[in-house]
Amino acid sequence: MAVTLTEKAATHVLNYMSKRGRGIGLRLGVRTSGCSGMAYKLEFADELGSDDIQFESHGVRVLVDAKSLPYLDGTELDFAREGLNEGFKFNNPNVKDACGCGESFNV
Amino acid sequence: MVLLQIAEPGQSDAPHERRLAVGIDLGTTNSLVAAVRSGLAVVLNDELGRPLLPSVVRYGADGECTVGYEALAQQASDPRNTVASAKRFMGRGLQDIAHRESLPYQFEDAPGMVRLRTVAGSKSPVEVSADVLRALRERAELALGGELVGAVITVPAYFDDAQRQATKDAARLAGLNVLRLLNEPTAAAIAYGLDNGAEGVFAVYDLGGGTFDISILRLSRGVFEVLSTGGDSALGGDDFDQRIYCWILEAARLKPLSPEDSRLLLNRAREAKEYLTFHGTAPITARLASGEVVDLTLTTETFTDITRTLITKTMQPVKKALRDAGLGIGDVKGVIMVGGATRMPQVQRAVGEYFKQEPLNNLDPDKVVAIGAAKQANLLAGNRTGDDWLLLDVIPLSLGLEMMGGLVEKIVPRNSTIPVARAQDFTTFRDGQTALAVHVVQGEREIVSDCRSLARFELRGIPPMVAGAARIRVTFQVDADGLLSVSAREQTSGVEASVVVKPSYGLSDDEIAGMLKDSLEHTRDDAFRRALKESQVEAQRLIEAVQSALKNDGELLDASERARVDAAIVALQTAALGENRRQITLAMDEVDAQTRDFAARRMDKGIRRALAGRSIDDFAELGEKEEFDELEQINETAKENQA
Repeated sequence: MAVTLTEKAATHVLNYMSKRGRGIGLRLGVRTSGCSGMAYKLEFADELGSDDIQFESHGVRVLVDAKSLPYLDGTELDFAREGLNEGFKFNNPNVKDACGCGESFNV
Repeated sequence: MVLLQIAEPGQSDAPHERRLAVGIDLGTTNSLVAAVRSGLAVVLNDELGRPLLPSVVRYGADGECTVGYEALAQQASDPRNTVASAKRFMGRGLQDIAHRESLPYQFEDAPGMVRLRTVAGSKSPVEVSADVLRALRERAELALGGELVGAVITVPAYFDDAQRQATKDAARLAGLNVLRLLNEPTAAAIAYGLDNGAEGVFAVYDLGGGTFDISILRLSRGVFEVLSTGGDSALGGDDFDQRIYCWILEAARLKPLSPEDSRLLLNRAREAKEYLTFHGTAPITARLASGEVVDLTLTTETFTDITRTLITKTMQPVKKALRDAGLGIGDVKGVIMVGGATRMPQVQRAVGEYFKQEPLNNLDPDKVVAIGAAKQANLLAGNRTGDDWLLLDVIPLSLGLEMMGGLVEKIVPRNSTIPVARAQDFTTFRDGQTALAVHVVQGEREIVSDCRSLARFELRGIPPMVAGAARIRVTFQVDADGLLSVSAREQTSGVEASVVVKPSYGLSDDEIAGMLKDSLEHTRDDAFRRALKESQVEAQRLIEAVQSALKNDGELLDASERARVDAAIVALQTAALGENRRQITLAMDEVDAQTRDFAARRMDKGIRRALAGRSIDDFAELGEKEEFDELEQINETAKENQA
């Protein structure tokens, strides 16, 4: 089981983290909400949770809680630019269908 | 596909509920928009990666308008319909605009604010600014991938009510919800994180394309106080280009040039200026329309020499601002550099030498105001960051009311943090008074005629009562943008009246500076005049009270006593017309002495009447009336409450 970052995503994460000046890593997760059942969580992590599983990808420490992991296994976090907009994108092999905007999804 | 940003721990937004907010630096020459993304405030670039949007709008005959670089490119060919620097006209009347004969626009005088005649019709500066803001909003919505919940827009610290209101109107016209207007120097301080724990006095040195502003801020416990502002509205980076341009003409011995050649050389001059920020010498080459070739090298030393007077010119307002704030160089804890022109090494050096410290310059001086505004917008939109901070701005000039005798009662003192609401109770001056005129003024002086009149309104329908019985609560409310509304309410009957202050013409920064200076210079003079006025009003009140008592109970005095009282009143009336306060006081003492027995007899009469089986209510009323005579006519049982 693993969750990874593309090199580009890792570069941006490391940059944001150094500007923020604190934090131990990046937290990925899912929660139930949104129009298609589940939504992603993408946050700075300040502390390690008791049920967190840790990964290391391109120098970024990635934390995923045990409950979220089955829904995220195999996910690669990418950084993308679309026109003027830029941000992170979850490439998640578990997703069956997502709502039009991709902000929430179903497995 | 939505692109996600990294949130603070536990702060991930629910899908479709992200609250996007931006900070906008609406500048005279250039504007920018910034937002907080993944915890970092960044300026949002256009499709070509350019952060700046020139604040220029061109109106076409077909009603179409172009904004930014595209409009700027057409400025030379279509000056009349290409509006630049609309910020200078915001909230301004025709006579407020300096050098309007040298501007290519067709101005129209209109109530409240000047308008510009273009091929697409008459445009107010608010509409022009709205077009700039709309372009920034569209850029932000594309970049952030959604609709904005709101924006923080920056304005110069010296902007008055009319200019702030005009800026807010422009935003509304552009479809932006204004979360708050923020002072530009305050935004710069926020960008440098000075709101986090820093305390002390900071100077913000803002040398933009065409304007120079200096602000002295005091930061204490999260409150930014603007101590003083100053500047030169016709001095900026463009003047440095002009100096290089003149040097080129002289060094290459050029004859008078065509407009195209001038423009070309001005561009070369600007490029050379920017090149010299990082290099010791700059090559200047150009081929003119005549085929003549310009090939020169400008050194840093020469550049510094030919622009020395410009830098000296910025130091005069700096000195003045410090003096106005009553501070010395040693009191300044940090100097913040704002505006692209502060990149020039000789500017950095001169500022460093003057303040005897290295200025803060590690943020991009073009972006620092927008970045501070974005941080503030992110917070106001409800997106919490790890370390919360509260920002408070202050009002630049005191707000008050006209009182009897033309005196000013300050309700909201200068440098009060906003938003603020203050209420004060007033009462009627005469028996049976049914209306009250409320005159709202702004300024530091004690006398109404020396302050600026903002608004007048009347509270009517007060039930007739004896003087002093009505309780009229006047509430001043200043919202977070520095805009004022005033309401008056008579407490027993509930009648009320209110006004939102939208002065047709605002105060210019020179006027504000002038008014502050006046108030400092006239403090003693004002105190004297105030005391005199107070005595005069007091005398008038005493005369009216005694005359009213004589009318009701005149029979309690014999002819000689009555003559002495009348004489004392006449003496007081005469004294009150003069300017000798001591004489007024003496005359009042005399009236007091001559009526002491009279007052005692009236009291006895009242008691006898009460003991003779009159109702206790009559007694109470009489007692109250006597007591009121001891009170000041304008009762200031102030109830202050801070919102």
